[in-house]
Amino acid sequence: MMAFSTWDIIRNLLLATRWTIALSLAAFIGGGLLGFLILVLRIIPSRAAGLAARAYIEIFQGTPLLMQLFLAFFAPALFGMNVPAWVAAFCALTAWSAAFLAEIWRGCVQAVPLGQWEAGASLGLSYAAQLRHIVLPQALRLAIAPTVGFMVQVVKGTALTSIIGFVELSKAGSIITNATFAPFTVYGCVALIYFALCWPISFGSRWLEGKLNVAHHAH
Amino acid sequence: MSLITLTDLHKSYGPHEVLKGISLTIEAGEVIALIGKSGSGKSTLLRCINGLEPFQRGGIDITGLPVTTNPAELRALRQRVGMIFQQFNLFPHMTVGRNVMLAPMVVKKQSKAHAEATARQMLDRVGLAGRFDSYPGQMSGGQQQRVAIARALAMEPLALLCDEITSALDPELVNEVLAVMRDLARQGMTLVMVTHEMRFAREVCHRLVFMHQGRIHEVGPPAEIFTAPKTTELRQFIGLEPV
Amino acid sequence: MTYHFDFGAVLVYWPALLHGVLITLELTGFGAVLGVGLGIVCAYIRLGGPRPLRFIIGVYVEMIRNTPFLVQLFFIFFGLPALGLSLSAIAAAILATVINLGAYSTEIIRAGIEGTPAGQTEAGASLGLTKFESFRHIILKPALARIWPALSAQIIIVMLGTAICSQIAVQELTYAASFIQSRSFRAFEAYFVVTALYLALAILLRQTLRLGGKFLFPWERSR
Ligand SMILES: Nc1ncnc2c1ncn2[C@@H]1O[C@H](COP(=O)(O)OP(=O)(O)OP(=O)(O)O)[C@@H](O)[C@H]1O
Ligand SMILES: [Mg+2]
Repeated sequence: MMAFSTWDIIRNLLLATRWTIALSLAAFIGGGLLGFLILVLRIIPSRAAGLAARAYIEIFQGTPLLMQLFLAFFAPALFGMNVPAWVAAFCALTAWSAAFLAEIWRGCVQAVPLGQWEAGASLGLSYAAQLRHIVLPQALRLAIAPTVGFMVQVVKGTALTSIIGFVELSKAGSIITNATFAPFTVYGCVALIYFALCWPISFGSRWLEGKLNVAHHAH
Repeated sequence: MSLITLTDLHKSYGPHEVLKGISLTIEAGEVIALIGKSGSGKSTLLRCINGLEPFQRGGIDITGLPVTTNPAELRALRQRVGMIFQQFNLFPHMTVGRNVMLAPMVVKKQSKAHAEATARQMLDRVGLAGRFDSYPGQMSGGQQQRVAIARALAMEPLALLCDEITSALDPELVNEVLAVMRDLARQGMTLVMVTHEMRFAREVCHRLVFMHQGRIHEVGPPAEIFTAPKTTELRQFIGLEPV
Repeated sequence: MTYHFDFGAVLVYWPALLHGVLITLELTGFGAVLGVGLGIVCAYIRLGGPRPLRFIIGVYVEMIRNTPFLVQLFFIFFGLPALGLSLSAIAAAILATVINLGAYSTEIIRAGIEGTPAGQTEAGASLGLTKFESFRHIILKPALARIWPALSAQIIIVMLGTAICSQIAVQELTYAASFIQSRSFRAFEAYFVVTALYLALAILLRQTLRLGGKFLFPWERSR
């Protein structure tokens, strides 16, 4: 057996971190696009659309991400398809992120006072125009900080994809542990790398929140 | 010996001096109204007497004990001097009875039975005997303020400090609170109150203290203050002279 | 090629499912009670405790909130034995859950405490209560009531997160799914049924917490 120095451990973990970052970004973008679609369904004045969106959010927020990953991994097999772990991981994380982002953004849309919609309506703007020109721009400002904050949840969520066999940071940790028998050091390093990824995002989100809120109170 | 003695009290918020040397003695059983324009320092003075605000210079002495910043001493002091706030500040999560019982049980270590008996008695005194189990949120402002008075009375204080206790009330609710205060005055309770109810001050108080820009400008019995004001500021305040 | 679903093959293992549900609830119950308890203590210290303690709690909260639960669990279960602290799988799972929820609830409860109107604290002080007495009798309950929805949501997230404990062979609901699929070779059906069970648990837990809130904070009803 080959001997691992601490530096070897860290180097291998950092190499695997690339996949954590790539998957996080892909799922965040995919989740954002799908989430926006669900947001629109959720807020347009159609009962059926609203119900569908709510069911979607309820299901994906009410079940473990791990189960969603398993189902994404095993469902294609029913149709004789075998998807690689990264495809299942991307699909499940996207669907899961979409539910949370849609719900976060709905809160932001709701925080825009009703009077703003009414003012738009009284000017003769259509519903779509009220949404597009009046409500969304204001909601967007409120949404920035919590959206950035949710990015942390996505990064942490990618750790679960190790369970279906995608080799990212956590999986690399398990593999290296099996080779080195140094779980304390390895998982300690894994935790620190996650922290190094997530903490700046958390900090940024809080900073944005403070900044945007202060500006908000000022007028 | 007087009950409350203020000597040359100075208080600043940062560079802004709010109390510029206040001296005043208050005897047991006296009813005193602090009057003056907004920002003249009336609330600040009351809050200093209750130890809610630290001050920089001078002293406050209550029955021989100085007001300090030592937490244990402050607690002993606050058991002698109750405070009633403009916004009632009842505890929303406790029933009215519990609101009144809390401090006797926690601070004075009274038994529950004893505290409950006192609480019922005090609520009766403010005309709310039947509301022991209500929550503050279910009551009108006037009723809540009377509960706050009962809560302060349950600690058997030597004096009550009242900061504009009717200012947050709808006009039709003011009198029920003033009636309670009138009773307390009649029963000999020492009261120091900030009020804009000039008629009440005139009828009930022994002395009025007119504050202006952080200083005591004039002190005297109501008749003197209202009929023979000495300074222009007071004459303007009571509307005898245009501003 | 069409696939024939066979949920019956999964449902015959109902005792394993039931056992899984019970362990999941056990983890959630311990995690919620002890975790929120830990959160209350940490929030109190973080707002008024001595500086070094405040700093340590700050580090704890940030460390936990910025690392995956999976890694925390592995660190406790696989890593701590290196320090001579070996825990059974279930004990490690409970510890990880408590530590995780403790960090989140510290932040949530802290926000609740910071929302206390100044008048409440002053009223407590003017009645002669100490800082701790004020916290215990006047501040804590309304603070919890204010943040109860956020705390409930976090407890549900933690319940769903316990699925990961199957990875250290805690026999909770997800473990039951793996067990059943290895016996029945019906992976999709097994995970589907268990996913549905989680959804039912989440809905049930949410309702329970809502009712619990009504019971714990009765004055809110009179508003
Ligand atoms: N916490 C504080 N920080 C800074 N300045 C303060 C603070 N509280 C009061 N002040 C200032 O102190 C001065 C006196 O305030 P105070 O509340 O005692 O006046 P007041 O006589 O009670 O007025 P009002 O009739 O409006 O209640 C004011 O100029 C006010 O702006
Ligand atoms: Mg005032």
